[in-house]
Amino acid sequence: MSDLEKIREGVLEGDIQGVAGGCRALVAGGMPPLDIINQGLIAGMAVVGKKFKAGDMFMPEVLMSAKAMGAGIEIVKPLIAEEDVPTAGKVVIGTVEGDLHDIGKNLVVIMLESSGYQVVNLGVDISPREFVDAVREHKPDILGLSALLTTTMLAMKDTIDELLEEGVRDGLKVIIGGAPVTADFAEEIGADGYAPDGPAAVELADRLLA
Amino acid sequence: MAKFSFESQPRFRLLTEAQIRDLHAKALEVLETAGVKFESEEALKVLADNGALVDSASKTARIKPEMVMDAIKRAPERVELFDREGKGTVILGDSNVHFDPGSSAIKFMESDGVTVRKSEARDLVQISRVNDALGNIALQSTAVTLYDVPKLIGDSYRLYLLLKNSPKPIITGAFSVHGVANMRDMLAALRGSKEALREKPLAVFDICPSPPLKWTHISSQNIIDCARFGLPIETVSMPMPGAASPATLAGSVLVDVAETLSGLVLAQCVNPGTPFIYGGAPVHFDMRFGTTPLSAMEATMIAAAYAQMGKYYGLPTHTYAALSDSKTVDAQAGLETSMSGVVATLAGINVISGPGILDFVSCISLEKLVIDNEICGMALRLNRGMDLNEDTLALDLICRLGPGGNYMSEEHTFRWFKKEPYIPSPIIDRKDRNNWVEEGSRGSFARAQTRVQQILEEHQPPALDAAREGQLDRVVKDIMAERGIYELPFGPR
Ligand code: B12
Repeated sequence: MSDLEKIREGVLEGDIQGVAGGCRALVAGGMPPLDIINQGLIAGMAVVGKKFKAGDMFMPEVLMSAKAMGAGIEIVKPLIAEEDVPTAGKVVIGTVEGDLHDIGKNLVVIMLESSGYQVVNLGVDISPREFVDAVREHKPDILGLSALLTTTMLAMKDTIDELLEEGVRDGLKVIIGGAPVTADFAEEIGADGYAPDGPAAVELADRLLA
Repeated sequence: MAKFSFESQPRFRLLTEAQIRDLHAKALEVLETAGVKFESEEALKVLADNGALVDSASKTARIKPEMVMDAIKRAPERVELFDREGKGTVILGDSNVHFDPGSSAIKFMESDGVTVRKSEARDLVQISRVNDALGNIALQSTAVTLYDVPKLIGDSYRLYLLLKNSPKPIITGAFSVHGVANMRDMLAALRGSKEALREKPLAVFDICPSPPLKWTHISSQNIIDCARFGLPIETVSMPMPGAASPATLAGSVLVDVAETLSGLVLAQCVNPGTPFIYGGAPVHFDMRFGTTPLSAMEATMIAAAYAQMGKYYGLPTHTYAALSDSKTVDAQAGLETSMSGVVATLAGINVISGPGILDFVSCISLEKLVIDNEICGMALRLNRGMDLNEDTLALDLICRLGPGGNYMSEEHTFRWFKKEPYIPSPIIDRKDRNNWVEEGSRGSFARAQTRVQQILEEHQPPALDAAREGQLDRVVKDIMAERGIYELPFGPR
């Protein structure tokens, strides 16, 4: 097994220490940092994403893999400029105001991360104001909104309106999801897209940023 | 249902007496050590006034064992529900079992069994009329969310539609703080006064904590308001093994017990003696898909275990069971609904919410509801058990008829043959094959479609008298005016 293969294997197995140790050894051995990230860490996570989609991996295993990848990135990151860290795109995501459902949203986060997106997860019950602040701070390519209640779906519209009013809507793609949400509703409130589940959310993000 | 005794333990027991005592002791420890979060200053104040250690920064109350013990002792052991006409029809307590359709689905499956769309007011009207005709489902419920009704009144308006269309007692619930007061006003209008309502409760209020160990602002206020108004509370904890509670069944039951007791304490501090039902909607958390199947055997096992705890505390119990996570009314739907329904029945759970439901409580079907009514009938038959006495054993008869005897024309047979079995509707096929073929070789879903059609065409639920209907309409018109709403589907004129 090559050293990069070992990294990929470590990510797949969620072996945090193994991945960190492996990355340290590769860095010391002079391997270019971007190769470690692209061919080792992200390549390993891509396999994880496929396996999860196919039902061959379980959520806690995917979370461990994401942690292992994160541990590797931590070691390699100081060696490269921030803007050179490869990413499919940056996503800020949260559950809207008044809504505490986060299982589905967290699943979307896992899927996005395992597909190479850099994700800032704001949590639940996020007000339009807080979304605007987060967009200003993190400058994401995509903003994801989640709502599971018919009563909180309206907060999605409020959030988009607030983005417009505050002048941070331009160039930002807004995607929405959650059990009561539909493609029609997305169009109605001026979102850029809707996805019914995690894998579809990744496809949507890929499409919007292509 | 004496408190802290094992007298009323159900037939089906997952926990031994020692394990029940142990869970109780550990739940007290969770409440005192980890505490519970209440996103309501009023709730935190009530708890602090009664001896809890409150940290206002984290909004957490650490609850002392004495407070819990007091609350358990104050809660009534039985809750009797009275129908719209004031007749006592349902007693929640002991090992009585009563079913109600699952609550707050957001989708309605049309009678073709394929088309699924957003639920609307007309669907709740149909559900309540069909359910009114079903003999094995004792309660109505606010079964769907109304997409064609403004959200400000969407929760309480469901109660109005139910009250209009059926006299059965109701399991309801609010999605807002003002929802409880609005619904109390509707119920009181029918009873004549708030005091009369207190005496004869017509509806139970579902209130959900957010696992683990947290009550939202709305839920906290709902508990306080219900307790003040004397409305029966049914808390609905949702342990989620591996996500919002430990991945083990035992750990999930422990979180559930602590969470429920914290709601009980708040209710009993506000108003000692508030009717309180130990309820829940346990799930299995499927780590392959991140979904929350409520009909998984593990979910029903959590319910059976916490029901034993509820009975130890001398509280009526509730759970979500007799439902399915299948997306269509198919074999999976039948097997999940039956298995969870029967296990919950054997666990002696007093209110079982679920009939009609598919897809993680997000979809309801009238055809499934009438099929599930048969499952409920069979489960209730099981719960009735077997009568053993001189007459039923029929020793004399057996000796008299002897070997080769024919029982068919005996007076004993005539007296008993109808009493013993649950006699299903034509949805359950028990004909011989030739007759079945002659009638079109139809499956149970097709027979359910026919039954739904028949009920909708022929069944006339008892009407609400004009005087009280006027009262109810006036209350709803006031609520509408207050919110600037002037017309609603099936609304008051
Ligand atoms: C688990 C659950 C809870 C848990 C949530 C725990 C948690 N940490 O998330 C708890 C117990 C806290 C809860 C509370 C309540 N709940 Co709830 N809950 C559910 C339940 C059973 C499952 C939700 C879930 O996790 N599904 C699994 C995930 C994987 O699916 P998902 O969330 O749909 O996410 C997927 C997609 O939608 C999509 N997606 C999601 N977000 C996003 C975002 C983006 C950007 C994209 C692209 C895609 C996307 O991808 C995800 C992955 O595949 C649903 C029923 C249901 N079928 O939805 C009810 C349900 C949503 N709840 C309901 C209700 C009523 C409530 C309460 C109001 C109850 C009460 N009276 O207190 C409270 C509200 C609390 C609050 N303020 O939010 C109702 C809603 C009815 C309505 N009118 O809206 C439902 C439908 C159940 C019911 N029939 O009663 N609930």
